Amino acid sequence: MIPAAFEYYRPTDMAGVIALLKEHGDDARVIAGGHSLIPMMKLRMAEVPHLIDLQAIEGLNGISIAGGTVKIGAMITQHEIINSAELEKAAPIMKEAALQIADPQVRYMGTIGGNVANGDPGNDMPGLMQCLNAQFHLVGSDGDRVVDARDFYEAAYMTDREDDEVLIAVSFAAPIGGFAYEKQKRKIGDYATAAAAVQISKEGGKVGAASIAMTNLSDTPIWSEAAGAALIGTACDEASVKAAVTAMLSDIDPTEDNRGPVAFKRHAAGIVLGRAIARAWSRA
Amino acid sequence: MKDEISREERVAGLKGLGCSRKRVEDARFTQGKGNYVDDIKLPGMLHGDFVRSPYAHARIKSINIDAAMALPGVTAVLTAKDLEPLGLHWMPTLAGDKQMVLADGKVLFQGQEVAFVVASDRYVAADAVELVEVDYEELEVIVDPFKSLQSDVVLREDLVADDGSIPNGAHGPRKHPNHIFTWEAGEEEATNQVIDNAAVVAEAEMYYHRTHPCPLETCGSVASMDKVNGKLTLWGTFQAPHVVRTVASLLSGIEEHNIRVVSPDIGGGFGNKVGVYPGYICSIVASIVTGVPVKWVEDRMENLMSTAFARDYWMKGKISATKEGKITGLHCHVTADHGAFDACADPTKFPAGFMNICTGSYDIPVAYLGVDGVYTNKAPGGVSYRCSFRVTEAVYFIERMIEVLAIELNMDPAELRSINFIKKEQFPYTAALGWEYDSGDYQTAWDKALKAVDYKGLRAEQAERVEAFKRGETRKVMGIGLSFFTEIVGAGPVKNCDILGMGMFDSCEIRIHPTGSAVARLGTISQGQGHATTFAQILATEIGLSAESITIEEGDTDTAPYGLGTYGSRSTPVAGAAAAMAGRKIRAKAQMIAAYLLEVHDNDVEFDVDRFVVKGVPERFKTMKEIAYAAYNQAIPGLEPGLEAVSYYDPPNMTYPFGAYVCVMDIDVDTGVPEIRRFYALDDCGTRINPMVIEGQIHGGLTEALAVALGQEIAYDDMGNVKTATLMDFFLPTAWEVPNYETDFTVTPSPHHPIGAKGVGESPHVGGVPCFSNAVQDAFRPFGNRHTNMPHDHWRIWQTANNLGMHD
Repeated sequence: MIPAAFEYYRPTDMAGVIALLKEHGDDARVIAGGHSLIPMMKLRMAEVPHLIDLQAIEGLNGISIAGGTVKIGAMITQHEIINSAELEKAAPIMKEAALQIADPQVRYMGTIGGNVANGDPGNDMPGLMQCLNAQFHLVGSDGDRVVDARDFYEAAYMTDREDDEVLIAVSFAAPIGGFAYEKQKRKIGDYATAAAAVQISKEGGKVGAASIAMTNLSDTPIWSEAAGAALIGTACDEASVKAAVTAMLSDIDPTEDNRGPVAFKRHAAGIVLGRAIARAWSRA
Repeated sequence: MKDEISREERVAGLKGLGCSRKRVEDARFTQGKGNYVDDIKLPGMLHGDFVRSPYAHARIKSINIDAAMALPGVTAVLTAKDLEPLGLHWMPTLAGDKQMVLADGKVLFQGQEVAFVVASDRYVAADAVELVEVDYEELEVIVDPFKSLQSDVVLREDLVADDGSIPNGAHGPRKHPNHIFTWEAGEEEATNQVIDNAAVVAEAEMYYHRTHPCPLETCGSVASMDKVNGKLTLWGTFQAPHVVRTVASLLSGIEEHNIRVVSPDIGGGFGNKVGVYPGYICSIVASIVTGVPVKWVEDRMENLMSTAFARDYWMKGKISATKEGKITGLHCHVTADHGAFDACADPTKFPAGFMNICTGSYDIPVAYLGVDGVYTNKAPGGVSYRCSFRVTEAVYFIERMIEVLAIELNMDPAELRSINFIKKEQFPYTAALGWEYDSGDYQTAWDKALKAVDYKGLRAEQAERVEAFKRGETRKVMGIGLSFFTEIVGAGPVKNCDILGMGMFDSCEIRIHPTGSAVARLGTISQGQGHATTFAQILATEIGLSAESITIEEGDTDTAPYGLGTYGSRSTPVAGAAAAMAGRKIRAKAQMIAAYLLEVHDNDVEFDVDRFVVKGVPERFKTMKEIAYAAYNQAIPGLEPGLEAVSYYDPPNMTYPFGAYVCVMDIDVDTGVPEIRRFYALDDCGTRINPMVIEGQIHGGLTEALAVALGQEIAYDDMGNVKTATLMDFFLPTAWEVPNYETDFTVTPSPHHPIGAKGVGESPHVGGVPCFSNAVQDAFRPFGNRHTNMPHDHWRIWQTANNLGMHD
């Protein structure tokens, strides 16, 4: 497991990064924590002649919470997400999800930017970002732009990001109400067999708002608008949870792999979502 | 002279048998000071890497090495054509078959070695591998052994005569081109007669899936041919370095004294490092060709895809009993998938290993075992993964048959075991399939285990849980896994155990230094077992010098005495016995020296912990340290100077460790997730040398058992692609997945072993796999389950529940 030769760059500002990306096109990739890209390079499934390290770029590793908006720099690690008290207060689902990613060693290196930008359907943060209706902040040679997480993913490893763009931050409105990130996996370090991100707010004993996203059950994360809608206005009773699960199941499209056949994955997805809704509602 | 120290303190000071002495190896390993094959760096050393087949079955039309050779830093690219003049394009396997070193005209499994690139560093080698152009013509792939025996596709054209006839294999007649052997034990006709006329018969078909030992350190070697003095030095991940030296000599024609094989620190073996791999041969040839040292170290995917797998047994059983539950007969047939070459590591006379221990711990009057070995387009192997030659398969088989019979009889499986145990007074006991069990006290161990877990209470709780489930109050079911296993380890008596003709004795050589410390060398090689700790303890008790003063060395064929290596739990039963016997030779000479120094007759002194004392006069003694000094520095009439001994030990019998395990498991029927609530393991390994090391072995073996039972597999798709070639999909448990283990023991010493020890490293794996599996299956027994195959990963458990209508 030895990667092909590559040129390594460590620019100190974003202009330098963009210039390199512009020069080398899709022969260049930026690297943050490297926990998706490096294994792919070692397996020679990703050939990256020009590797641009973002470690020396300033301004990508802050967490700010102001005016009800949470903004997280792309180089913030899962470990930092877990240990940020103010983030836990503003969006506790972030910590709950991050704790279910890989293992401590990986979480020390793996970043939120890498997790969401890579487009790996197994990653947990993309679904969570869709649940939170997050915005992704991109910079490129044509300037800055913002893309909704719900519009970002096109297919496995295919996203709306252009080759010469870099994802520098994610932001979202601090969620209100109850939350849950529920994940079934075979072992520590594994991707989800099925995972659900749920945010629910309660108004007068009924569901006021609900947002539901699923991970690793299609070639992109799945934000199931219908599943959330099925809960709104209900008391989150058994029938409405069942309706939400049914709605979710018509949005996902899992494929068979070593985690199991499609029928099992669909069953597990329903169970995982049911449990996530129950936990989120209990916290709402 | 009056001794100031009490006898108890003198015993404690030895750190001998029974002492939980801390492992002397660990200071090195925990500080990164181990020295593994990949740590070896020699001046001018080159690096090898393989071009491997992406196809499971294909003809090779051409290999073009030009682009690879043109890459700066590439020294050579070897193919079968280059090895053929040396006769090394094929090599013998331990099972009497032969295996391609580099693909000779075709490839037979995905990941097979096709060409060997030699370059200045590993990076250049990896780049050059990409540049070797191989033109393949794909052939029909066979991954199912039953289909293989029906197919017109001939996998091994080298094993079919020109006239189309099928010559005998190493183990007799073959009935199809893809058939390797039929091996039988016991009496089929008599067994069938008993079963046909029995009051109760239970049947089961079970697949013991293919898996892999997956040691943390992968396989590798460094070969250094010194063309000036004609000596070849070979460092490698070898569980049997002396056998490797002999095989290397026979293959290469280099005289054995000119070959030095060294096993440095080894990061786990579990059977994976017993065999000889193409990488070893290629590193040797490359060093001979280039005249400089050549290193080959495989990566994780190569290890999982191409080196020796374990299991892959399709087992079909029938067991008969009286209405009262007394077993009357057992019939077993195995279709054994050996992959592309028969590279099992079994004693020569046992092509299915010790599968004929499949009558287990039970007094079964008549039995039959038939095994058919079959070629398929999968990696070769069939090694004993943390077990002694297919004992894991045998114990799994009988412990499942017992459970299925209990269902048929509507009887408690614990009670059924009790009814059928070989009784204490029946030992030594000759089983229906031929083995003579040396000792055992099964009922005592079983009763202790059942009491420890409150078995009756568990069954009552389970019954309540079943009712609660039926009432819709819970979605979790509860399983109680039982297993009672008897192992057969310590191969073995030279009269029936050999590998490639080499008898399976082992050896120990001791040299006592003048100041009373010692070095002992053995023919085995530790891969994590802690030999440097435990062998020193055996010797400390035998010769009366502290274990702290005894260095243990293994693995260097230039210094260690010849031995057959470490696997099949043979180190303690065989080399441990050799150590005790060599120690006794030391003591015999020490007795003569002591008698001379004390001016009494030899028979008037006796050994006492760390000294010889004049009988009846305990204040007159000579310590072993004094004796050692005198041995070198005092002229003693009639005795040669020095204090050394060597023993080659040919065991009179195998040893038969046993144990009683109980696992309590809660299973979520909706997600298929099992939670292990409790695991109790009682082991009887005879005399216990180091309780702490035993406990560590049991923890490790149980964890590998958990892995195999609950998810670890080498799976192939229909095209022969390996689906589980990385640790993402190949289940290697971490601390997170491992439950708490409760360990316990009884002690039934082996009557024929010098210190009564039986070996323990593999027991927990052998007994653990059926225990975990039985827990899963027992949880579903109240809902109609009879047998489901491992591995019990989430989706398969879910499937079991689904098939039983538990999701309706």
